[in-house]
Amino acid sequence: MNIIISGLITGSMLALLAIGFSLIFGVARIVNIAHTAFYMVASYCIYYLSVKTGLNPLLSMLIAVAAVTILGLLVYKFLIDPIREHEGAVLIATIALAMVFQEIVLLLFKGDYRTVDFLITGFFTIGGVKVFYQQLLTFGVVLLTLGALWFLLMKTRLGLAIRSTAEDREVANLMGMNESRLAMITLGISVALAGLTGAVLAPLTVLNPYMWMEPLIMMMAVVVLGGLGSIKGSFVAAFILGFTEALVVFLIPKGAFLKGSVALTIMILVLLIRPEGLFGVSFEEER
Amino acid sequence: MGLVLFYLKKFYKIVRNEVLVLPSRVIVALFFIVLLGLPLVTQDPYVIRIIILTSIFAILAASWDLLSGFTGQMNFGHALFFGVGAYSSALINLHAHIPPWGSVPLGAMVAVIAGLIVGIPCLRLKHTYLALTTLAFPIILTGIIFALPEYTGGELGVSGLKRFTNSLIGNYYLHVVTMLVLAVIMWKITDSHTGIIFHAIREDELAVKASGINTTRYKLLAFCLSGFFAGIAGGLYAHYMRIAGPSTLEVSMSFTVVIWAIFGGAATIYGPIGAVFILFPLLEFFRFWPEYRTMIFAAVVLVILLYMPEGFIHWIRDKIEKECPRCKIRNAATRKTCRVCTAGLD
Repeated sequence: MNIIISGLITGSMLALLAIGFSLIFGVARIVNIAHTAFYMVASYCIYYLSVKTGLNPLLSMLIAVAAVTILGLLVYKFLIDPIREHEGAVLIATIALAMVFQEIVLLLFKGDYRTVDFLITGFFTIGGVKVFYQQLLTFGVVLLTLGALWFLLMKTRLGLAIRSTAEDREVANLMGMNESRLAMITLGISVALAGLTGAVLAPLTVLNPYMWMEPLIMMMAVVVLGGLGSIKGSFVAAFILGFTEALVVFLIPKGAFLKGSVALTIMILVLLIRPEGLFGVSFEEER
Repeated sequence: MGLVLFYLKKFYKIVRNEVLVLPSRVIVALFFIVLLGLPLVTQDPYVIRIIILTSIFAILAASWDLLSGFTGQMNFGHALFFGVGAYSSALINLHAHIPPWGSVPLGAMVAVIAGLIVGIPCLRLKHTYLALTTLAFPIILTGIIFALPEYTGGELGVSGLKRFTNSLIGNYYLHVVTMLVLAVIMWKITDSHTGIIFHAIREDELAVKASGINTTRYKLLAFCLSGFFAGIAGGLYAHYMRIAGPSTLEVSMSFTVVIWAIFGGAATIYGPIGAVFILFPLLEFFRFWPEYRTMIFAAVVLVILLYMPEGFIHWIRDKIEKECPRCKIRNAATRKTCRVCTAGLD
C-alpha cells in the first residue's frame, strides 16, 4: 500500500514536470535544464507566502504559480531568446540559470530544510497504512491538470499550432504561425506546469535549495523513456519510474541509494530495444 | 657547431614567420612559456595548487570537447569517465600496490572500457536522447558505489593514496607538462584524418555514411579516446587530492565540464583549455565572497554568453584575427592586406 501511494505521488510529479519539459523542447528545441529549478522556486514562493507572511495557502499557491510563470517569461525574453540559434549556448545558459536560482534561494532562505503545512489535514487508513487527504488532493489536481492540458493541445487552435510547430518548425512558420511568439506561449505553459508541480508537491516534500537536482534527472529519464514530445508516453513512463523507485526503496535493503540507479537502468534497457522511447515517433532527421 | 647554428637559424625563422605573424599563436606560445616558467617567479603553494587543479580540469574539458564538440555526440555524463578513472586508479593503487605511474594509465584504460560500455547503447541514440541518456550513467554508478561501501568507501570515498612525488615543483611540472602534452596530442588527433571525419559526423552523419565511412566505428573511437583522456584526468585528480570520492561523479561535475567547454568554444580543443584557465582561477578568486561565489560564477557565464554565444575564446580570436576573403588564411587584425596573397582585407 505504501508502495502504491509513494509510486503514485512520485509518478504524478514526474509526469507534470516531464510534460512541461518535453513541450518546450518540442516547440522551441530548448533543453531547459532550469525546468526543475522553477519548480524549486515555486515551492519556496509558497513557503514564503504561506508560512512567513501567513497568507491563505491556496491564494499563495496561485500567486506562486503566476510569479514563476512571469519569471520564466522574463528569463526567456532577456536571456534565452537572444541566443536561440546557438544550441550549446542555450544549454549552458539554462544550467547557469538553475545555479543562479539555487544560489539566490540559498541566500534568501539559507540551506535549512523547510516544510509547508498541508492544505487539508486528516487521513484515513487502508490496510494499516495512513493515506493523507493531501496526497489524494495532489493526485487529483495532477490528473485534472493533465486532462486540461490534453484538451488544450488536442482541441484548441493554440494546441494545434503548438503540435504543428513541434512537428515541423519551418513549415509551421511558412503557414503563417508566429514561431517566436508561440515559443514564448509554450514556455509560459511549461513553466506554469513546473510551478504548479511545486505548488501541489510543496506540502508533501521537504524544501531545500538543492531539491531541483534529483527530479531533474528522473524527469529527463521519463522524457527519454516515454519518447520526446509524447504526452501519453511521459505519463506512462512517469508512473513506471515512480513505481520502480517506490518498489526499490521499500523492498531492497539500502534501496534509497539504489533507487535512481535501478530506474535509470530500466530506462537504458528500454532504449536498447526501442531507441525512440516507448511512445516516441522517430522524427525524420533534421538537417 | 655549424649544425647547432643551422637549427638555431631554422628555429628563429619558424618563430618569426610562423608564430609572430599571428596574435593567437603568440598567445599560445606565451601560454606555454608562462606555465613552464612560473615556478621560477613564485613558489607559493596556493598558486601552484590552483594551477595543478586547473591543468587537470583542462584535460577533462578538452576530452569532452574531443567527443561532444567534434562528433556532436552531446555527452552530459562526462563525470562518469572522470569518476571511473579516479576510482579505478585509486583502487589499483591501494589494493595492487602499483605506484601512481602505473595506476593512472591503468585507470585510464578502465575508463576506456567505460567509454565502450556507454558508447555501445548510445550509438543508436541521437541528439537530445543521447544527451539525456548519458546523464544517467554517472548516477547509476554513484548508486552502486553507495550500495557497496565495503569496496568503495561509500560516501567517504577511497582515501590514503600515494602522490606522484612529494615535492611541490615536481608535482607542478608533472601535471602541467602532462596537460600540455595531452592537449597537443588531442589537438593533433582533431587535426588529423580522424579529426576531419569526427567533424563531418557532426555536420552530416548521413553524408559521411554515404561516403563509405563506418561512422559507428568512429563514434566508438571518439567515446574511447575521450574516455581515455578523461580517465587520465580522473587518475591525476585522485592521486593529487589523495582521495577518490563520489563528488567526482556528481551531476554538477558533468555540468561544469559542459559549461567550461562551451564557454570557451566547442570543437576547438584550445577553447575549453583556455576557458578552464580563465574560469577556474576566477572561481577561486571569488572565494573572498563565499556566499556569492557560485552565483557570480553563473552570472558571469550567462552575461558572457549573451554577448558571445560562439564562445569566449572564439570571440577573442575573431577580434584579433581576420580571415583573408580570397585565400582563407588568417591574418592579424591590424594588417590591411593579406600576408600571403596580398588581397585587401575587410
